[in-house]
Amino acid sequence: MDVMEKLTILTDAAKYDAACTSSGLDRRGRAGRLGSATFAGCCHSFSADGRCVTLLKVLMSNACAYDCQYCVNRRSNDVPRATFTPRELAQLTIQFYRRNYIEGLFLSSAVVGTPDHTTERMICVLRLLREEYGFWGYIHAKAIPGTDPALTRQLGLLADRLSVNIELPSQRSLALLAPEKQRAGILAPMGQIRDGIAVSREEVVRYHHAPRFAPAGQATQMIIGATPESDRHILTLSQALYDKYQLKRVFYSAYIPVSDSSLLPAPRQFKPPLLREHRLYQADWLLRYYHFRAEELLDEDMPNFDQRVDPKCSWALRHMECFPVEVSRADYETLLRVPGIGVRSARRILTARRAAPLSFDVLKRLGVVLKRAQYFITCGGKLLPGLRVREDQVLGHLAALERPALFAAVPEQLSLFDGEAGA
Amino acid sequence: MSWHQMCYEYDGSFEGFLTCVFESYACREEPVCFQGPEATALTLWDTRRVDTDRGKAARVFRALDARLGRGASRLVYRTFLTCLEDKETHLYRFLRYGFRRGRGIMGELGHPLVSTLLQAVRHLESEAHLFTGFVRFSDCQGVLMGEIQPKNQVLPLVRGHFVQRYNTQQFLLYDRTHRQALVHRPGQWAIVPVEDLRLPDAGAEELRYRALWRRFFQAVAIRERYNPRCQNTHLPKRYRGFMTELQSEPGAGDDLPEA
Repeated sequence: MDVMEKLTILTDAAKYDAACTSSGLDRRGRAGRLGSATFAGCCHSFSADGRCVTLLKVLMSNACAYDCQYCVNRRSNDVPRATFTPRELAQLTIQFYRRNYIEGLFLSSAVVGTPDHTTERMICVLRLLREEYGFWGYIHAKAIPGTDPALTRQLGLLADRLSVNIELPSQRSLALLAPEKQRAGILAPMGQIRDGIAVSREEVVRYHHAPRFAPAGQATQMIIGATPESDRHILTLSQALYDKYQLKRVFYSAYIPVSDSSLLPAPRQFKPPLLREHRLYQADWLLRYYHFRAEELLDEDMPNFDQRVDPKCSWALRHMECFPVEVSRADYETLLRVPGIGVRSARRILTARRAAPLSFDVLKRLGVVLKRAQYFITCGGKLLPGLRVREDQVLGHLAALERPALFAAVPEQLSLFDGEAGA
Repeated sequence: MSWHQMCYEYDGSFEGFLTCVFESYACREEPVCFQGPEATALTLWDTRRVDTDRGKAARVFRALDARLGRGASRLVYRTFLTCLEDKETHLYRFLRYGFRRGRGIMGELGHPLVSTLLQAVRHLESEAHLFTGFVRFSDCQGVLMGEIQPKNQVLPLVRGHFVQRYNTQQFLLYDRTHRQALVHRPGQWAIVPVEDLRLPDAGAEELRYRALWRRFFQAVAIRERYNPRCQNTHLPKRYRGFMTELQSEPGAGDDLPEA
């Protein structure tokens, strides 16, 4: 089988993994080495589904020993199988990298034989890249649950980011759909990686040349919509992962029907819950950058997000007692909670109002999205001139703003001006 | 007393512009329009030719650095690289206001004179960031060659990124809009004016990697998530002209056999 064919099969097999970014690490180029890494990461292209293409995302092999029902590579699925040799994969990475096609390599694999054997082969690829080709760019590797911790450690010393997929949001779903995987088996390497990163950080402070273990941190992903968990359950889980395992990112992947299994939604009528995934990412953003807690965003009375407006608007609408906020006096934390004001515009407001009084024109120039923010702020004690909206109409206005940008999957027949839905 | 309003002709360089600023203060003239070497429009004002003087330019830049601060001098330099219309006039007004106002000017984010420059520079910086990803090189007998057609002059901004990333490689990156190229060989780089450039035809090895890359790009998209609108938002059409994966190879086809 030639490289073109292998690349086709193994890209196709890897494409459902969403945990693919090149961020979290600033590493300048080093003389004599090929490559560097930038903290914010870098998108090199966008594929037809609108997702960022940044790393060469492939499986080393898709010949899997496991039979997870939600996975396209499960043993019982009738698909062509292929395996890269380490040399083929290293060559491909280097040649793509030189042409600025990619930011580095994302290496995952089906379980070939045993987890240990799989990890050994991945280490072989990374060693070739780092040592023989002097590759200094970004590498994201998957830690395979059930691998000997010593091997996972070697993998982490060669890669920049490690991830272990949590796969499904609950133990029950996991037991049902992925009988070979156990929650404990997934959490153990996560804990090991967390501790490895912490120890390595300390050592690097003391000895500059100490080896770095997964310097860009750890990530995970879970599949949304294949199993019945609520948004609240999922977001609470993410929050726990951020708190307890110091993850850099949790990725959500809307379930795409790849199986006829009776345990999963029937493929025919099923539409991937893309909008739900989008709302979860927005909420995830609120956890990481806007100092929100999962329990503020969702609770027993409202276990799922209102799909019509983003979670921040939705939160604001249920807490109208906190608004309007006076932008010329409010502190940073308060500003961050206003829909239409982001991290950057909040900082700019703080700087600008020290130098000169604010006005709505100034706010616009600072990058505040007045179309959203207008319902929630006053400037110099006044609402935006000409704004006449009853509180119960705000939801309708905000939902109307989002409509053109939403996916086709939006609930079509919305009654736009009914103020109580979602409250 | 108001200064005499003038039109300045200069050579289009940053130093030339700073010399204009120097002359304006020295002669108590207010330039209301600037004409670079390519400008042909007639003006209603008296026109004066200002010859670039590096000494005068350096004095202005030092004063700018000292009295308005690092942030301001960087803003001024970067604005000069943008495609902001009448950027010289905007810059001149910013400087006039700034030399009166002092360091505080960088806090006045909402002031129209300041926010105009900030917005233009944000556009420049985001374009430069996009190009760090969207540039495509071709291997031409060991030398990497690529071209771009940016709105702003991004080469000075992306230079550091590419030079350190590809420090082991020889490369050339041509900016077709501003007719200049960033050239590098290990240990040395330069940005030089280049009138025109045609990249040589690709060899078999190069065509093979292009075909592999196209194949990867097609295979990585998920059909059930097809969303061209989202793709357009992130990757506007104007960037696609030189991107390997979004073009088909004339004559070669996408299913190129293995070399």
